[in-house]
Amino acid sequence: MYDVIIIGGGIVGCALARELSRYNLRLALIEKEVEVGFGTSKTNSGIIHAGHHSAEGTLKGKFEWAGNQRWDDLARDLKFGFKRIGELLIAQKPEDLQYLEDLKKQGDSRGVTGLEIWEPKQIRKAEPNLSHSILQALHAPTAAVINPYEACFGLIECARQNGAQLFCDHPVMSIRQKDDGFSIQTGQKKFLSQIILNATGVFADRVAAMIGADNFKIFPRKGEEYLLDRRLQGIVSHLIFPTPSATSKGVLIIPTVDGPIMVGPTAEEVDNRENLSTSFAGASKIFASVRKSCPAISERDTITEFAGLRAVSGTNDFIIEPSPVKGFYNIAGIQSPGLTAAPVIATFVTEMLRADGLALTEKSTWKAAIDGPPHFAQMTTRERQAAILDDPAFGRIVCRCESVTEAEIRYAIRHGARTLDGVKFRVRAGMGRCQGGFCTTRIMDLLAQTLAIPLAEITKRGRGSNVCTPRHDDLSVEDLG
Amino acid sequence: MKNRLRNKYDVVIVGGGPAGLAAALGAQEAGAEHILLIDREIETGGILNQCIHSGFGLHYFKEELTGPEYAERFIRSVLSGNVEILTDSYVLDISPDLHLEVISGNDGYLHLKGAAVVLAMGCRERTRGAIRTPGFRPAGVMTAGLAQKMVNMKGLLPGRRVAILGSGDIGLIMARRLTLEGCEVVGVYELLPYSNGLTRNVVQCLDDFDIPLHVSTTVAFIHGQNRVERLTIAPVNHQLVPDPSRSRDVNCDTLLLSIGLIPENELSTRLRLRMDPATGGPQVTSTLETSLPGVFACGNVLHVHDIVDFVSEESLRAGRFAAELALGIRRPCDNISLQTGENVASCVPHSLSPDREQTIYFRVKQPMKHCLLTIGDRYEKKFRMLIPSEMIRLTLAPEVLDHYFGGKLKIDVQPQKVA
Repeated sequence: MYDVIIIGGGIVGCALARELSRYNLRLALIEKEVEVGFGTSKTNSGIIHAGHHSAEGTLKGKFEWAGNQRWDDLARDLKFGFKRIGELLIAQKPEDLQYLEDLKKQGDSRGVTGLEIWEPKQIRKAEPNLSHSILQALHAPTAAVINPYEACFGLIECARQNGAQLFCDHPVMSIRQKDDGFSIQTGQKKFLSQIILNATGVFADRVAAMIGADNFKIFPRKGEEYLLDRRLQGIVSHLIFPTPSATSKGVLIIPTVDGPIMVGPTAEEVDNRENLSTSFAGASKIFASVRKSCPAISERDTITEFAGLRAVSGTNDFIIEPSPVKGFYNIAGIQSPGLTAAPVIATFVTEMLRADGLALTEKSTWKAAIDGPPHFAQMTTRERQAAILDDPAFGRIVCRCESVTEAEIRYAIRHGARTLDGVKFRVRAGMGRCQGGFCTTRIMDLLAQTLAIPLAEITKRGRGSNVCTPRHDDLSVEDLG
Repeated sequence: MKNRLRNKYDVVIVGGGPAGLAAALGAQEAGAEHILLIDREIETGGILNQCIHSGFGLHYFKEELTGPEYAERFIRSVLSGNVEILTDSYVLDISPDLHLEVISGNDGYLHLKGAAVVLAMGCRERTRGAIRTPGFRPAGVMTAGLAQKMVNMKGLLPGRRVAILGSGDIGLIMARRLTLEGCEVVGVYELLPYSNGLTRNVVQCLDDFDIPLHVSTTVAFIHGQNRVERLTIAPVNHQLVPDPSRSRDVNCDTLLLSIGLIPENELSTRLRLRMDPATGGPQVTSTLETSLPGVFACGNVLHVHDIVDFVSEESLRAGRFAAELALGIRRPCDNISLQTGENVASCVPHSLSPDREQTIYFRVKQPMKHCLLTIGDRYEKKFRMLIPSEMIRLTLAPEVLDHYFGGKLKIDVQPQKVA
C-alpha cells in the first residue's frame, strides 16, 4: 500500500515526485512510456516564461511568475542546462503597440523584473539579424530556456534518491476504489494507494474517467517544431515572440539551451491523442511566420522536426483540484506556461494534500541536489584531460556532431536510459546534424552490453519501436511457423 | 605504445577512410618523414569496410574488388611505410597555425603540430529533416548507409518490407543487398525525373532484381506510431510538389533514405576556410590547398565523389602536395581562376596553374545529350551523354595552358547541334 501514487511521468509528475519525496511517504510514480518525460514534455519548446504573459485571475497567471523564480535553484541542484537569455516580444504593426504596453503593465503589477519597451535602435543593436520593420519590442530579461526532458530526468533522479519508486512501461488499464484507497491495474501489475495524483497530460480526462472523476475534458492542441542546423546558431540571442493570437503565443524563434535554433510551434486542434505527425502545411506556416521577423532563417536548415500535443482544458486554465472522488486529485490542462509553473504546481498540490489531512513529516535525510551527468562538451581542456585519465571512455567520441563520449552514454544508461531516444535526450547523442547516421550502431552496442539484451531488442522509444528485426537465420523453426 | 607519438609531424591527415589512406601514401611517396594519420574508428578503411559488394578498383587497380579488399590494398601499403596510425581518436579542433587538439581512447589528450594538414573526413548522409517528409516519427526510418552498416557489420536486418526514398548509389546497393538477405524491396522512389545513382547500379541492383524505380515520385506521408506501417506515395509536379490526388499507400515496415551526401566540414568551418556552396566543401587550388596555407583537402570532404578510385587518385595528389609543402618544395601559385558556366553544377579545383598537368572534376546541372565541353578557348571535348550523377574527370596536359595570359577560364557544357 502506497500513501501517494502519481500517475504520469511528465514534468508535472516528476516535479510532484521530487516535492513529495521530502516527506515520510510511501511514494511511487507510474508512467506508461518506457522512460519519464517521453510524452508532451519531450516535445515542449523548453521555455521558462518571463512571468508577465498569463492573464490575471487565472491559475496560469498566479503560477507563471512564481514558477519562473524557482528554476535557478532547480537547475543548480539537478544539474541541467539553464540560461536566462531573455525574451523580445515584437510588434510589427501599429495596432500591436498597445498590446506591448498592456503586457508590460500586467508584468509590472505582478512584480516581474526588468520589463522594458525597446525602440528599433536598441533592438537592432541587440539583435542585428531581426527584420528592420519591427516597430517596438517588449524586453523581458527573466525569460529562460532549458531542456524539459533533462529537467524530468533530474527531478525523477532526485525523487528516487530520496526514496520515491518509479515504474516505467506501466500503462494504467483500470482504477478501482477500495475501502481504504484505490487499486490501480497497469499492464504489468497491481498497485494499492490511498491517494492518486492524476498528472497524465493529454490523457488526464480518460484516466479520470476510469473512476468517474472526469468532471473536465482535454482538447489536445498539436504543435510542430523544427530544429535548425548549428550554422544558424547565434542568429538571435533572445527568445523572439511575435504579438500573439487568441489560441497561441505564435511561432517563436528559440535559441535552445544547447545552442541550436528551434522554430515553432504551430497550434492545431486534433482529435487523435497520439497524432504526433508533422505536415507540409505546418512547415510552411512556421517558416513563413518566422521569416517575417528574421528573414535569414530558411527551411533548408532544418535538421529534424517533431510534434507535441498540448493538454488544453475546456476552461483554458490549469485544473488543479480534488476530484469528485475523494483521494483522487486532478492536475490537468497543464499547457503553457505549464513547464514554468510545474515546480509551484508541485508545492501547491502538496499544500492541498496537507490541508486535506495527509500527514507530511519531513525526512531529515532529504537531499535537494544530485550529482549530475558529466558533460564532456562543456568541460575545459584540463577537466577533459583529467576525465580521460580517470576513464579512457571519455577519450572515445561516439556522437561526433555533438561531441558526446562513450563515458557519458554509459552513465546515461546506468541512470535510466533504456532506448535510443533515452540516450539521445540525456546526452544529445544522435541529436545533431547527422541524426544518428554514424553513431546509432555504437549506441546500440552500448545499450546491448550494459543492459545485457540482444541488439534486436533495442527500441527507439519503447515497446513496438524496435530499430531492427532478427535475421531469418537467427530465428528458430517455430518462429518461422 | 606509450610516448610513441611525436609533437611535430610533417603531414597530419585527419580521417582514415579511402581519402586519408591515399593521402598518407602520397605523402610517403613524396618523401615526408613523419606522417600521422588520425581516424576515429577502431580500424582504418572508413566506409569501405561496410561496402562488401564488388565494383571498386576498376579504374585504379584495373580489376574488380570489394570495398574491404580495396581498403586493404591501401592499408597494407601504408603499414609497410613510415606512417603512424592513431585510431579510436578524434580531432576536436585545429588552430590556424596547425596545432591539433586530439582525444584518444588509448593515448588520452594530445596536442600535435603539423607542418601540413590534410582534411579527409569524408561525408555524411542527408536525413529526413533535410527534406521534411511529413508524417509520424516511427522507428524504421533510417539512412541507407546506416542500414548498410547494420546488415553488413552488425548482422542485423533493418526490417522485412522495405521502401527506399531517393536513388543515390547507397540506396540502390541496399535494394540489392536487402533482397539477397530475404527482405522484400517494394520500390525505389526518386523525386527527380532521373536516377541519382550510377547507371550501372540501376541496372545491376534494380533491373536485375525486378525492383521498380519510380521517378518524379516521393513519399508524401509516413504512417505508423511506433514502427513504420505504411507510406503514402505521390507523384510530383514540375515544382517537385507532391500531387495528393494521385497518391497511393504502400505497406512496408522500413523506409531507407538515399537522398544525398554532405561533405563533413565541421573542422573546415571552424578553421574558417573559404567554402564553395556548390560542392559543400572548401575551395582549393590546383594543389588541393584550401584558403588556409598548409591545409589541404581531398576525397568526399572536398566534394562528393561517385567512385572511390577517383577519391584515391585525388587524395594521392593531395598527400604529395602536402608533403612537398612540409619539405619546403615551392610550387608557383595558381594564377588562373576556374569558373563554372551555366550548365556546370560544380568543379574542383577552383584555380589552375600552367606549370604542370591539371586534373579537373566537374558535374553538369541537368542530363545532357550530345554536348561539347569547353574550358575557355583552351580545351574542348565532346560527350555523347552527361548526367549529374556521374562526375567527370579531365586531365589537361601542361601545354594546354601554355601561352594563356588571362586571369580566368570558364568551364561549360553546351548542347551540340546533331547533324
